[in-house]
Amino acid sequence: MQENGAPSIVRFENVTVSFEGEAVLADVSFEAFEGESRVILGAAGSGKTVLLKTALGLIRPDSGRVLAFGQDLGAMRETELFDIRSRIGMLFQESALFDSLNIEENVAYPLINQRSIHCPAREVHGRVEQALDFVELGGTLEKFPSELSGGMRRRAAIARAVVTGPPLVLYDSPSAGLDPITAHTIMALLIKERDTAQTTTLLVTHRYQDGNLMANFRYNSKNGRLEPAREADGPLPRTTFMVLREGRLIFEGDQDQLESTADDYISKFCKRRE
Amino acid sequence: MLDLLKEPVLAIQEFVVLAGRAFRNIFRAPHYLDDVILQMDTIGVGSLVVVVLVGLFSGIVMALQMSRALAQYGEVEKTGTLVAITLARELGPVLTAIMMAGRNSSGIASELGSMKVTEQIDAMRALGTDPIQKLVTPRLEATCFMLPLLTIIADFVGLFGGWVISVVKLHLTSRLYWNSAWQALEWNDVAQGLIKPLVFAVVVSLIGCFYGLRTTGGTQGVGRATTQAMVAATIMIFITDVMITEFFVSQGAS
Repeated sequence: MQENGAPSIVRFENVTVSFEGEAVLADVSFEAFEGESRVILGAAGSGKTVLLKTALGLIRPDSGRVLAFGQDLGAMRETELFDIRSRIGMLFQESALFDSLNIEENVAYPLINQRSIHCPAREVHGRVEQALDFVELGGTLEKFPSELSGGMRRRAAIARAVVTGPPLVLYDSPSAGLDPITAHTIMALLIKERDTAQTTTLLVTHRYQDGNLMANFRYNSKNGRLEPAREADGPLPRTTFMVLREGRLIFEGDQDQLESTADDYISKFCKRRE
Repeated sequence: MLDLLKEPVLAIQEFVVLAGRAFRNIFRAPHYLDDVILQMDTIGVGSLVVVVLVGLFSGIVMALQMSRALAQYGEVEKTGTLVAITLARELGPVLTAIMMAGRNSSGIASELGSMKVTEQIDAMRALGTDPIQKLVTPRLEATCFMLPLLTIIADFVGLFGGWVISVVKLHLTSRLYWNSAWQALEWNDVAQGLIKPLVFAVVVSLIGCFYGLRTTGGTQGVGRATTQAMVAATIMIFITDVMITEFFVSQGAS
């Protein structure tokens, strides 16, 4: 429980996930609360993606419990999980847009297929346009994913993840494999989504600067840009950093604690604050 | 030894579970009719040319081969009978199904395999759809509908091929050929000729989906899944063919 008694949005209790006898997540416990951002750092193969997929109920833990919105995912059948998943947006690592559908159909997919969303057919097009405008991809409705650049695909995938207005969004390496300018644009969109929709965010990344942006910047809706977060403009974004190493959660704390750590592995991830 | 057996047993178990869920979904909402029609087009209409060619040439070859054998007994006019029976019972269903395995089991495996390795299957589950309902069941339904139809087409085209040879090379009359072909066929042959493609359709579609959905290891894995699906489907077509034929034979209905 948080200080004010609000229940957590996501809660891992001693979660272990193994593939072919090898633990890819080992005894991981943490809680994320409403409005909080969690930045999950770790090397490739440290279990970051598995952690997100477990939070979404795509992978079932071998032991421990995963709770989303207070409900135990382990106790639910796949069809029951669909309702929980409709409240969680997920950006997959390589975007995972459906190749056979155009961008409009891709973004409309959760609106049409998620039963608990109940989006009337006549509203679908408007909401898709709105979501694509949000990621500044307004003119691409008819295009297919293969016709877009990597950055544009990532943006379309963000639109698909947030089109239903989920209170919790999971981002799996949103800036991986992109040039620095495009990566910054993507991070700006994530922060925009967090600040305009007040979503709880789990961000998996191996780039410390992504976490730094998340922790210290906010979206200014007046000029449409990111700017350093100042206390005068309202409460600072609550950002917690987590570091995974070979499936174990070896660090959990704020940015100051992260930067002052003496651990070799952890300090490799953080550069000095810009 | 036990470890060696573990993997195939687990694979069979997985396949049975997949098949069970795919069949159960036929009777459960939501139904993705658009996907079924799309698959009918891809699997069925898309295979038409190749099936017609295979049917035509197998009819031609059967007429040529059989006429030589029949000539020894002075029964060349029975060419139509033999072409009709071999096509309806065996060659039509089996050759069509093997072409479908080569074209569609592998096609399905590579499509679903690519979706698996690019996390599209996970995305589908994350966005509120059951991949088996959305991907496997429509392919199963479409193949079960189209493969018997394609087999019938292959049979008729094969008979046509046999007729061309009979008239042009063996100098039989059209009437003689078609009469002997028509009279040779009994209901049992027709039943056998239609049950086989239905069973082969289940084999072709589900094996393709099975190997596609268990793909791991990136694009290399997709290639592997594609080959495995085709080989496994072809072998299973022959095994189920033996079982069905044996059933009909032992029933005395062959």
